Amino acid sequence: MRDDIRSWNRLPTVGHRHVLEVRTRNDRLPLPPGDETCIPFGNGRSYGDVCLNPGATVLRTRALDHLIAFDRACGRVTCESGMLLADLLELVVPQGWFPAATPGTRFVTLGGCVANDVHGKNHHDTGSFGNHVRSFELLRSDGQRLTCSAEHNADWFAATIGGLGLTGLITQVTFDLLPVSNPFMITQGYRFATLDEFWRLNACAEREWPYTVAWIDCTRHSGRGILFAGQHAPPQPELPPWKDHHRDVPVDLPFSCINSLSLRVFNEVYYRQKLPRGRHLTHYVPYFYPLDAVKNWNRIYGTRGFYQYQCVLPPQVSADGIADMMRQIAGSGMGSFLAVLKTFGSRPASGMLSFPRPGATLALDFPNLGEKTLRLLNRLDSIVASSGGALYPAKDARMSGAMFRRGFPQWEKMLAFIDPRFSSGFWRRVNEPEG
Amino acid sequence: MSNIIIFGATSAIARACTRDWIAAGHNLFLVGRNADKLEIMRTDLLARSTQGQVVEIATADLNDFSTHEPLYAKAAEVLGMPDTVLVAHGSLPDQKACEASVDLTMCEIRTNALSVISLATLAANLFEPRREGTIAVIGSVAGDRGRQSNYVYGAAKGMVDIFLQGLRNRLAKASITVLTIKPGFVDTPMTAHIPTKGALWATPNDIGQGIIHAVNHKRDVVYLPWFWRIIMLIIRFIPEAIFKRLSL
Ligand SMILES: Cc1cc2nc3c(=O)[nH]c(=O)nc-3n(C[C@H](O)[C@H](O)[C@H](O)COP(=O)(O)OP(=O)(O)OC[C@H]3O[C@@H](n4cnc5c(N)ncnc54)[C@H](O)[C@@H]3O)c2cc1C
Ligand SMILES: NC(=O)c1ccc[n+]([C@@H]2O[C@H](COP(=O)([O-])OP(=O)(O)OC[C@H]3O[C@@H](n4cnc5c(N)ncnc54)[C@H](OP(=O)(O)O)[C@@H]3O)[C@@H](O)[C@H]2O)c1
Repeated sequence: MRDDIRSWNRLPTVGHRHVLEVRTRNDRLPLPPGDETCIPFGNGRSYGDVCLNPGATVLRTRALDHLIAFDRACGRVTCESGMLLADLLELVVPQGWFPAATPGTRFVTLGGCVANDVHGKNHHDTGSFGNHVRSFELLRSDGQRLTCSAEHNADWFAATIGGLGLTGLITQVTFDLLPVSNPFMITQGYRFATLDEFWRLNACAEREWPYTVAWIDCTRHSGRGILFAGQHAPPQPELPPWKDHHRDVPVDLPFSCINSLSLRVFNEVYYRQKLPRGRHLTHYVPYFYPLDAVKNWNRIYGTRGFYQYQCVLPPQVSADGIADMMRQIAGSGMGSFLAVLKTFGSRPASGMLSFPRPGATLALDFPNLGEKTLRLLNRLDSIVASSGGALYPAKDARMSGAMFRRGFPQWEKMLAFIDPRFSSGFWRRVNEPEG
Repeated sequence: MSNIIIFGATSAIARACTRDWIAAGHNLFLVGRNADKLEIMRTDLLARSTQGQVVEIATADLNDFSTHEPLYAKAAEVLGMPDTVLVAHGSLPDQKACEASVDLTMCEIRTNALSVISLATLAANLFEPRREGTIAVIGSVAGDRGRQSNYVYGAAKGMVDIFLQGLRNRLAKASITVLTIKPGFVDTPMTAHIPTKGALWATPNDIGQGIIHAVNHKRDVVYLPWFWRIIMLIIRFIPEAIFKRLSL
């Protein structure tokens, strides 16, 4: 058993019987012996077990990192599924293009972006990653290769976008980029003292800015925070210099640095940070990927790992639901280090199991304090369930089958497309008979 | 703009170099034994190139020395006169299996030393009259001292090391750079069977960057990452009477 394959929050810790490398896109799928199942593993930036397959096999895809075509005139790119978004950015940004949707880290593979149908700060404007996918190739365990798009194999297309790696291996994907003038963003920060103020600010900001996201202070009931808005900068007479600086958390800490004191201090300092007056230029890297500046930042939570919790609540009940959740969290004393609040737009997602849908999404992280943490998350679950919301599988290591089926009503339709040799820890958990 | 030939181009380390070289605007001639992998690389590099560069491929089993001269001729034909050669192919032998088989031992020496010497000799003869060029060869820290756990590989890399010292000495007068690259542990398909990779392990990208830097600065010998120079200094320093009892 190998215990070195982990997801980003280091939970759950599981052993894998086989770790197989997919060497080239034209090869047959490497399969484990017998009827053991496998699941693609991109770069393990999910927080949980969608990319893990305890007791069975993971297929590592990172060797599939080749570009296949890049049409610089229309911004359409075809690349292998193991390519990192970071590598893609280095290629396309200097040519005046940018991914239409990007998560908060650039160390994800494009296969991972499709399989979780990831969203970014511009969802209200541009939709999620799947909305920009034109086609991909799906390799099934029986050797079949399906070219999928909205026109061909449309049902496979819908099952695989947001399909959590269960329909087979995506070998290559073609998607459209957004034109940009330079690598810089124009950004503006707005401080707000209460959640009510956030909703008002956010409604205005969304009309004006393609990118919006808010950080909120979870150690307080009030829901104070800062809304960060941004847009790609128009052509500039002169661009400021920029250099990427890395820091590292070089070792595994035996304990978590995140406790109620450090949380309070951090949130206080963060809220009081000096916001530059008005609009200013920021390079896209610190704007989109602030956490990438600290390599291995997940280690600050110690070897026990941490839970991410991301939900979406429908628009009519967002305000009440989020306020309710904030009360629960502040009351528990287990506030989250990085609480992120944003609203999704109305563009329908392309996948059967896609997470983005109209409403407000709240993302939180909690150090793993065992039962105590799980109890809080269960309380949050009941708020999400009673509001008709859903949890994000990419950030989940614990949701129940009932919670999953509620949030993803198309799950039954999905069953027909699952490859018989594919399964994951997540999938088995949410399909376990309830006991 | 350089014209670069890469032997063992599909190796993870060489591949990392090709990406930098294509971004820097150079023409590339890729030699490997797997046509499918080479074609995938060529498509990738052409899609990355922005200056209409040439990327050509050729398949050959480099253990067949008769392929070597025609490969240089072909490269000159499609690229123009080459000015940089990177020799990157290699294999990590199963030491225990080598101990049981003389044939296997000889075959590994052929892959990791003799074929390299053949290619370097031809490159030297190509560059010497023109009084310019760079011959970069991937050796290994394993070539610095023989150890029970992989001395067949170590012996081959050690032979290449000494051969290149002599070649460097010969070609210094002709201002030709001979670069010996000595990586430590690198996470590549060659070492994929080793499950846990600790702090000493580098990525092919790290090594690729180091190679590009060393080529650009016309260095003689580089350890990659740099700290291996110190580690190997200490390892070479241990008296043989003690070393022979260690299980390294
Ligand atoms: C700091 C940070 C910030 C984040 N911010 C956001 C955010 O803003 N928005 C958001 O949506 N997500 C966010 N995420 C989550 C992350 O974007 C997703 O989990 C993403 O899918 C991870 O990609 P990966 O390549 O690491 O895939 P993995 O985590 O390795 O795998 C994810 C899923 O994709 C499947 N998969 C991977 N490759 C393939 C393939 N070739 N074929 C088929 N299936 C495949 C896997 O089986 C698995 O189900 C964030 C994560 C981090 C660490
Ligand atoms: N990985 C390490 O820890 C490490 C450490 C020190 C030095 N090195 C050296 O670094 C170099 C690159 O290795 P790597 O780590 O990048 O491993 P790799 O990806 O496995 O590359 C080895 C390459 O050599 C090719 N090759 C082997 N025999 C060949 C032959 N007879 N003819 C043609 N090509 C042949 C292989 O071709 P195929 O693609 O067709 O298999 C493969 O591309 C090697 O010289 C290796 O000894 C590696």
